[in-house]
Amino acid sequence: MKPFRTLESPIACLPRAHIDTDQIIPARFLTTTTREGLGQHAFHDWRFDEHGAPRADFVLNRPEHRAARILVAGRNFGCGSSREHAPWALLDAGFRAVISSGIADIFRNNALKNGLLPIVLPEAVVDTLLAQPGLRLQIDVAKRRVYWPDGGFIEFPLDAFAQACLLEGVDELGHLLAQSSAIDAYETRQAGSTAHGEPRHVA
Amino acid sequence: MNAPRTLFDKLWEAHCVREESERAPAILYIDLHLLHEVTSPQAFAELAARGLKVRRPERHVATLDHSTPTSPADAQGNRAWTSPQAEAQVEALRANCEAQGIELFDWGSGRRGIVHVVGPELGLTQPGMTIVCGDSHTATHGAFGALAFGIGSSEVGHVMATQCLLQRRPKTLAITVDGRLPPGCSAKDLILHIIGRIGVAGGTGHVIEYRGTAIEALSMEERMTVCNMSIEAGARAGLIGVDEVTIEWLRGRERVPQGAAFETAATAWRQWRSDDGARFDAEVRIDARELRPTLTWGTHPGQVVAVDATLPKAAPETVGALSYMGFEGGAPLAGQPVDVVFVGSCTNGRLSDLREMAAVLRGRRVHPRVRMLVVPGSDAVKREAEAEGIDRLVREAGAEWREPGCSMCIAMNGDTVKPGQLAVSTSNRNFEGRQGKGARTVLASPASAAAAAIAGGIADPRAYADPANAAASASATTITPATANPLSTAEASA
Ligand code: SF4
Repeated sequence: MKPFRTLESPIACLPRAHIDTDQIIPARFLTTTTREGLGQHAFHDWRFDEHGAPRADFVLNRPEHRAARILVAGRNFGCGSSREHAPWALLDAGFRAVISSGIADIFRNNALKNGLLPIVLPEAVVDTLLAQPGLRLQIDVAKRRVYWPDGGFIEFPLDAFAQACLLEGVDELGHLLAQSSAIDAYETRQAGSTAHGEPRHVA
Repeated sequence: MNAPRTLFDKLWEAHCVREESERAPAILYIDLHLLHEVTSPQAFAELAARGLKVRRPERHVATLDHSTPTSPADAQGNRAWTSPQAEAQVEALRANCEAQGIELFDWGSGRRGIVHVVGPELGLTQPGMTIVCGDSHTATHGAFGALAFGIGSSEVGHVMATQCLLQRRPKTLAITVDGRLPPGCSAKDLILHIIGRIGVAGGTGHVIEYRGTAIEALSMEERMTVCNMSIEAGARAGLIGVDEVTIEWLRGRERVPQGAAFETAATAWRQWRSDDGARFDAEVRIDARELRPTLTWGTHPGQVVAVDATLPKAAPETVGALSYMGFEGGAPLAGQPVDVVFVGSCTNGRLSDLREMAAVLRGRRVHPRVRMLVVPGSDAVKREAEAEGIDRLVREAGAEWREPGCSMCIAMNGDTVKPGQLAVSTSNRNFEGRQGKGARTVLASPASAAAAAIAGGIADPRAYADPANAAASASATTITPATANPLSTAEASA
């Protein structure tokens, strides 16, 4: 993962609540064994009509949004299926951050693991952003701030560990692998305990 | 004396390899990891790229379910794969499991099925465990007093390589349901009602524990239905404390300890309950007596309505969903014409669900306008249902009896609802296009689904409880012509 320190970009807006991961990437595109190339299917059923032609009026099809790296959406973004294909598709489509007044737990976790920054801001603030597509925002991960073009800013919550991973571009698996002696010790402590089970294989 | 603890507190503390701090999340040990073909290939690739092996292969079990065809193989053993990629994905899982020493429930194993159906029925799912799967409905296993939650593909890799996950401790939400479920109402009606009450983000950041006399009175299958849809309320996990119903259901299952060892295990399992007086971060109380058969009307699982009520009026929050569904605000839900009925999925694809459906279907025929698909949740469910003659009953009613799998719940195996069609489904998600592009989905209990199949439109299952009512109920439902404009995505393209 590349370090993620700052980002400056115009915003693309999807003024809609409860955008679920089936909308972000419909299930029929999940029969893949790689992470790459999912961007072409992002929001597929909103972007293309029944004949497969792009809908000119869909926000992400408008030429002025091609450069957008920040997606702003209504509350409860990313609910539903746990498919990590959702953040993979958004990243592949060029996004590096999502701003909403509420982001579903699994999507947030999946996003952070791939360097897609989930930013939760108060609903009133998100509503004003949703009314200004194309607005240029700056994001500073170290300061946990979103800056407006006039220099005004708002702070956003970000878990300290997730922040460190983003800033240094390290991933969680490396961190977990480094804990192997603690994991060994735990397994030794648990061996023979019946309190929580061993899946038994008598196949 | 120690302060009383919730079931969640006990599960969490028993599995902490390392407690969380401000700087780092907790390291949580995972007892059981379930895999399927769709969310695992990228994780296996990550392990291969780093030269890692699966740390404890015996704690991982795989099945084929999401993209598998539900029509039987032909004489040459060929299956109706929806695409070469779907078949390749299954081949990849087979090869990966082989290389890493992971047990796979393949075709012909007699144990294959939807991941959240086979785990419990084989007794792999046991009280006190931590269980994860690259699938958000892993919450199902919480019905056994296990902490079970869905993860993404990166985390699938973490569990394979380290048997651990990095997790921040969630908050706890108690949902207490007292009273008895009224006749005609099942666990599905209850969980739809709960999601309607607390909203689709009502459980975000929380683990839900379902408790109260109505929950205690549920069978294990019904408890699984309730826990299954916790994710639809935004919660990653749902829990129900262990009682004698849990223990008796597990007794004799293939993968639990047998004989005297079972009694030892059962004694240990009984500790997996919240202590009296344990405090939750939030609480909701529900009176089961207020329940009526409940269905969804919109495009997320929190948009619910009782079967005998009217649809909400058009308003800024409802207009997009009403327009996608082709429903007129304020109109009655009952009588809306139905094209497809799907009975199956990890929510309602177990034997008790098929029995609930069969009780309504018995002696009746599926309405000529309706295509009805019945998909057992697993090989075992299929065997048991066939032993009871449910397959014959289904076929004689004019419905299709299929091979186990996720099928129309996620519509990635070729079983799809066509654009504009209205489906009544016993699955768990009614998102736009979930059952096929442009498909419109109403979520319902198996009884309500069967009633809709007979009536050809949304119908009150209570009218079908007794076969003697058949004639009366059929004429009581008036089906209005469809007015759907399913491809309207005005709100999305705004
Ligand atoms: S039945 Fe549906 S919800 Fe359940 S595991 Fe399969 S696709 Fe997921």
